[in-house]
Order: sequence, then structure tokens, then C-alpha cells
Amino acid sequence: MAVFSIVLLYGPLIVMAFFSFNESRSVTLFTGFSWTWYQQAAGNERVQEAALLSLQIALVATIVATTVATMAGLATTRTKSFKALPVVYAIINQPLMVPEIVTAVGTLVFFGIIKQVTGVYGLGYLMLAHIVFCIPFAYMPIRARLEDMDLTYEHAAADLYATPWLAFKRVTFPLMLPGILAGAMLSFVISLDDVIISLLVAGPGETTLPIWMIGQLRRGLTPEVNAISTVLLGVTVLVVSLVFLLTIRKR
Amino acid sequence: MTPSKTDSSVDGSVAIEAINITKIFGSGADEVRALDDVSVTIRENEFFTLLGPSGCGKTTLLRLIAGFEHPTAGQILLSGSAIGHLPPFQRPVNTVFQNYALFPHMTVAQNIAFGLEMQGKPRAEIDDTVKQMLLLVRMQALAERQTSQLSGGQQQRVALARALAPRPNVLLLDEPLSALDLKLRKEMQIELKRLQHETGITFIFVTHDQEEALTMSDRVAVMNEGKIRQIGTPREIYDHPGERFVAHFIGETNFVEGELISANGSTGQVRLTSGAEVPASLPAERVAPGRVSLVIRPEHAELTENPDAGVFQGQIDNVVYFGTDTHYYLHLDDGTPFMVRLQNQRDEVSTFARGSRAGVTVKGNAAQVLLD
Amino acid sequence: MALVETVPGPTAQHTTLSGEEATAQAERKTRRLRWILLTPALAIICGIGIMPLSIILVYSFMSPGPYAGISWEPTFDAWISLVLERDIFDDTLQLNDAHISILFRSLWLALLTTVLTLIFGFPLAYFIATRPARQRNLWLFMISLPFWSNLLVRTFAMMLFLRDDGYINNVLLLIGLIDKPMILIYTEFAVAVGLVYAFLPLMVMPLYASMEKLDFRLIEAGYDLYANRLQVLRRVIIPLVKPGIVAGCILVFIPAIGSWVTPKLLGGGKGLMVGNLISNQFGTSRDWPLGSAIALFLMLMVMIALIIYVRNSTAARDHG
Repeated sequence: MAVFSIVLLYGPLIVMAFFSFNESRSVTLFTGFSWTWYQQAAGNERVQEAALLSLQIALVATIVATTVATMAGLATTRTKSFKALPVVYAIINQPLMVPEIVTAVGTLVFFGIIKQVTGVYGLGYLMLAHIVFCIPFAYMPIRARLEDMDLTYEHAAADLYATPWLAFKRVTFPLMLPGILAGAMLSFVISLDDVIISLLVAGPGETTLPIWMIGQLRRGLTPEVNAISTVLLGVTVLVVSLVFLLTIRKR
Repeated sequence: MTPSKTDSSVDGSVAIEAINITKIFGSGADEVRALDDVSVTIRENEFFTLLGPSGCGKTTLLRLIAGFEHPTAGQILLSGSAIGHLPPFQRPVNTVFQNYALFPHMTVAQNIAFGLEMQGKPRAEIDDTVKQMLLLVRMQALAERQTSQLSGGQQQRVALARALAPRPNVLLLDEPLSALDLKLRKEMQIELKRLQHETGITFIFVTHDQEEALTMSDRVAVMNEGKIRQIGTPREIYDHPGERFVAHFIGETNFVEGELISANGSTGQVRLTSGAEVPASLPAERVAPGRVSLVIRPEHAELTENPDAGVFQGQIDNVVYFGTDTHYYLHLDDGTPFMVRLQNQRDEVSTFARGSRAGVTVKGNAAQVLLD
Repeated sequence: MALVETVPGPTAQHTTLSGEEATAQAERKTRRLRWILLTPALAIICGIGIMPLSIILVYSFMSPGPYAGISWEPTFDAWISLVLERDIFDDTLQLNDAHISILFRSLWLALLTTVLTLIFGFPLAYFIATRPARQRNLWLFMISLPFWSNLLVRTFAMMLFLRDDGYINNVLLLIGLIDKPMILIYTEFAVAVGLVYAFLPLMVMPLYASMEKLDFRLIEAGYDLYANRLQVLRRVIIPLVKPGIVAGCILVFIPAIGSWVTPKLLGGGKGLMVGNLISNQFGTSRDWPLGSAIALFLMLMVMIALIIYVRNSTAARDHG
């Protein structure tokens, strides 16, 4: 049963990846191995631009979301529990509770107003939208890691003459680092993969890779899209495997 | 040699003085009084133990001295100056934590060096001290190990070395042996005693294990429900418990009722329910003549073959052989349960069988009158 | 960075404070630091995550603008046209069949997806929970990996299978089970398959989490007391892992009912769901108030699901 489920989950992805190496245009009939479609995708200026934009947004969103989530993680786990804690949890997890499409149209409308009032346009809006939904994903592993970390480590540091700042620098931070890295990687993957919010919030010319791919659908599934999908899949597998290794070691 | 609750006459220089400490956690309906007006004086170079059941306030007192908590009322003096308001990192006391709290991302040597680095000691001195400490706890060979690769006993030694390295005025030990198995625990008891002797540092040791307290300490404070019940040397605490709780918590004990008919300083005469009279020690806070409770340790009593002799008479309900000694469980004629422990001799055949009647005698003035 | 509760501020060093004052001061400092650390996260999410929701709430009570956007004339039209439509000829209100069928389809497909993922996910989670401890994490990783990969990519892969000239039809034609391609893609069936495929990991993870805590001796005790397999499942296992079942159902239901990519790519015109309906109002249909109203209606359904979840989990806590 489990093996069957794994086959069901992975089969389609593996088959898709397999056909991205197909020599011919067909995505269903395998004729021979080649790198053709990867070369074509890599040479496509539109793809290059879209990939670069996606990376840019993912990088900014990851850095900001992880920093902010790290601070929030410290505040929610390293001090005694406080009355407003459930509210804080609810706010941080809010982007997970609201369907993406609702967030997307809400943000579209909201940014529209701001653009009208301020006259400021640019990539910043799309980045901000990504930061919002990356925060809960960055926060999850950071909080989990901090909750696993006994407060006595900080007590021991203070007992051994470390000032609060030194205790943070020498003890808390190195111990929570795997959680921070895991959070950053999840943010990166989530930002890179986003379709619907990007599609609605992106300004003219701000074509991320998923937006470009969905645009290509009108022409049917091309092996080029297939190749790009496989690359994205590879990136995810790599990053998530790293997250797995980072978070598993302690247990 | 009289049990006392307070601790006024202390000679030698004082390491830690806690004056009228009260600590309240929470507020309103959730309020918990962890410590209730506790005063204690701990001398320099002393191995001092806080002994009591869980929740008695012993760990809270330790955390107040370390600086992880602040007292709700009262003062803590270290070598005569108030430290109650200082954060932990400004107090020259170090702690050995219950689960050691060794930094998992550092090696053994890095753990031991941590406190010295935080104090800003020069590198050469740090390296020197780390070496000394490794030698002291016999861990030289494992200096570069990760702490996760150490056994429980080894972690314990590193935790000790780390806390001793900055040469604190006082070392606090929070049930450090509770995570070890029995054999290792016995070894570490001797080891701790040796370390205290060699370093000359005041040790304040928290435990719920009465045997640990009796074997290692210079003095013991028995605590219950946020109060110190009795302070004294292990022998004082064992032989002259002041209260029912102390007698009950430490060692096995018989409680019997009687009437104090005369008192003369620290001794008196008690008439038992059987009508016999025995001499007894009195607690320091004088007890007026009248009904009293007495404590008689099982090994301070003996059985007589003549069932009508002795100060009590009763029937033997059960006989349990323990190798070194044999326990006889009796019920006395007034219904009180009573246990007698007799040393075994080789190949001896006991004459006291289950179901038979026997008399009980009490050695010397082994009976101790309780305050409550 | 006073991360340890009890550390009073530097001002404590030159004045002698009583313990009580020191405690109060330490607490003030921790509180201040806590809110400093929380401010950026809360500000970003409240400002950019929650603000838009209140704006679409306002928009849903306005009239649509001539090209797009809104004009500031308050009206209930958007909410009314959620389920009703005004007849073009005689101006009477009638049920809006198009909207209602999309809303019902969304609810139906989301519920179907929830049930199907539960049916597939339950034995899978049970299987993982009964593996030796060392293997469990690896299995869990295997299950969750597809979830983290791009939904668009996974849906593409599904398209490759379900298309008229896709792998399924090709194989069936090849072995002669059918003589012309079956219509698989652009049906509700395709959307259901896509949704189950997409959200199965979301069901397995919470199910596994609660099964991992299950004491398997209880199952042996059940067999020992003459229960058969079905009775053990119904009377022992399911009551014990109920929190996991409820959590899994919520985690699947919420993204399923709001899904956009899967119905767009696999559903075509016949498989549209409420997410697509919303985005159409902001795209081709240019009726922002209606889009806002539908979006809020979707939120409402999700809220109801969440309330059921919270009720259930607090009830479970009260019993346990």
C-alpha cells in the first residue's frame, strides 16, 4: 500500500523528468536521449529573464522573512508565555489560513490603491507579497527548533558570566542555526513556486518563471516547459533534502 | 547536640547568608509560595546540602542564589554583600545543572573554557586552567570530544570542571547525580567529596536522596513546604530529628506515644503507654511536660526472648531477612506498629519467629522527643 | 538581547534594588524586548496580509467601475449576484445557475478530495507509524517531498497522463482495452485526481503525527479482548487518532476549496472552481465588487471549517 502510494506520488514526476530528455518534440513517445530542450530553455531570453526575476524575488523574500521570523521565534519561545501569545500565533499563521486566491485578489486591490495614492511602482510590491506568505513557512522550523532547545543552555551561559548579548551570540544563535537555515530554505522554495499571488500582483513585465510557464500552456505542453519543470523539481528536491538533514540530526 | 530549626550560632567565615527569603510564584489564585521566610547561613569551605521532597523549595533557593530568580522578599548576602539584585552573570557563583546543560555545539575543552572566556581571561591562562580542570576531573584524554559522545558520568565530570574552572566562591549543584545509575552515583559521591576537599570551594548541594545527603555533607538543611525544618550535621539530623517530618523523611523510624514526666536540660524522662519509663533526648525548643511523640530508630531497639520483659511488648507479624540484618515487624500491645532491625551473625538461627510474642528494649537514651 | 527572563538591565548595577524591584524591572525589560522582536513580523503580516482583507470587504459593498476597479456607490448588488441574477428583460431576480453550480462543485470537489485523501492517507500513515523508528523519518520525508515541489510542475505531470494523447490513453490503446481515447482531462474527474494528488501529503503528515503517539499495545489489547480487525479499527484506532484525522481533513479541505491551478489546468471550462471564478472577476469579467464578495464567501467557508476544527480539538482536550 505504502509502496503503491509512493509510486503514485513519484511516478508522474519521474515520467515527466524522463521525457524532458526526449530527443523529439513528443512528450509521450520516447525516441532517444538528448539535452536539446534544456539547451533551448537555457538559451531562451524570456526564460533567462523570468528565472532571474524569480531568483531575485525569492532571495529578497527569504532574507527578509527569515530575519523577521527568527526575531518572532525568539520572542515567542525564549520568554515566559504571555497572554497575547495565541493572538500572535494566529497573526503569524494568518497567511496559511486564508486561501491563496483571496490573499491574491486582496493584495492586488490593496496595492492598486497604494500605487494610485503614492504614484510609486516597481518590483517592491511583488517582493512584499512574497515576504508575507514566506513568514509562516520560515517561522515553523525556527519555532520548532527553539522549543526543542532547553532554556538551561542560556541559564548555563549566564551562570558562566556571559552577558545576555554574549549568551545569544555564543550559545542561542549557534544552536538555533539549523532551524534558521531550514526556515530560509522553505521560504526560498515556497517563493520560487508561487503562482497565483504572483500572477495577480505582478506588474506589467514582471514575469516570474511560473507565470511564464502558465503563459506557455496556450501552446500546449512543450518539452521546453517540461525541461524547466524538471529543473525546478531538482532544485526543490535538493533544498528540501537539505532541510530534512538539518532538522533530523538532533532527534 | 540538640536539634535546632534556626541557625544562629555559626562560626568561621560566612560564604552565603540568606535572610528571611520569601519567594512567591504567580499571583492571585495561582499563587505558589515556594519559599516562606527562610533564613540560612552557609560557611566557607562547607559541603552544605539542601534536602527535601520535590516541591519543597530547595531548587528555588538554589536558583535564587544563582540569580535565575529574584526573591519576593528578603536578602541574599555573598561574603557579606547583597547580591539579590545582580543578574547571574555578575555573581561569582557557578552551577552544575541537573541535566548538565553542556553546550552541545562545543567540545569538552571549549565547554570548560567558556566561563573563563566570558570573564575575559587571557588565552594562555584559559588554556592553563582548562588543562588543570581536565586533570582534576580526570578527563585529559577526552578534551577534544563532542559532549554528545560522552557517557553520563563523563558529562557529569565535564559539567563539574566547567563550573569549577572560573574558581567561583560557591558551587551550586542541582541534583547532579539523579541521572546516573546506582553504581556510578556511589562513585561520583566520593568524587564530589574529593573535589570539594581539593578545591576548598563551598558546595551547596540539592538532593531528595537522604543517603546522598548523609554521606557527603558537612551540614544538611531538611526542607518541606517552603520552610527549613531542621539544620544540622548528618548525625544530628539522623539521631535527633526535631519533627515528625524530618524523622520520617530520613531513614526508617518508629513513632510511639508517651508522656514527658520530667525534663532536665536536653534530656528527660518519658512514660510509655506500656507503663515503662525511658530516658529521652529533648529538642532545643523546650517541650512542656505532657503528651509527646517519640522517635526510636529500628537499629536502636532490641528484642528480648522473655515476652514480658523490655519497655514494650508485642507480637511479631513478619520477619524479613536482608543479608546484613533482619527486620522484625511487630505490633505492640497498644496497636502501634514497630520495627526492630537486628544485625545478623553467620549461621545464626533466629529465635524470634513470625507469630511469636517478644519484648522490646531500647538502647541507652535512643528515644528522641519530637516537637510535634 | 535579554533572552533569559531573569536578567535585569544594566541600570540595576549601580543602585541596590530589592528583589521585588529587580524582578519587576527584569520583567519590564523582557516585555519591551519581546515586542521589539515581534513588531516587524506582526507589522508586515497585519499591514500587507490582513489590511487587504478589510479592503475587499469594503469593495464588496460598492458598484463596479466602468472598466475595472470600483465606483464609490454603496450597494448590496455584489452580494446578491453571488447566488441570484437579474433577468435582462424583466428585471426579476432568479437563481444564478452558473455561480451556484461553481460554488457547489467547489464544495463537492473539496469534500471529495478530503474523503479520498483520508482513504488513501490512513493506511499509508499507519504503515509509516508501524515502521522501525529509524525508517519512519525517511518515509515521512518521501511523502512530504512532493508537497514542497512546485504545484504547477506536479499539475503539468498530471496533464501528461490525463490528456487525450496522454500516457493513460496511450497505454490503454496499446493493450487494446479501448479503441479510442477516453476523455479524461477537462472533467471534474481530472480535477479530483489532481487535487488528491496535490494534497495527499497534507493528509498523511498530521495523521502520522497522531499515530506515532499511538500505543500499539492497545491494539493488541483490543485483539486480546476478542475484537476483530474492523472492530479494533473502529473502536480503538480511530478514536485515538481522531485529532490527526480532523487536522488532516482541515489541512486538505482549506487549500482544496480555494484551489486555482488544478481546476485551471485540469478542469477546463467544465471544471472551474470558486478560485477561478474570483480571479475571472478581476480579469476578464471586470467586476471587482463581485470578485470581492465571492472571495469573502470563500473565506467564510474556510472560517467555518476552522471553527469546526477548533471546537473539535478543544473538545478532545477536555476529554483527554
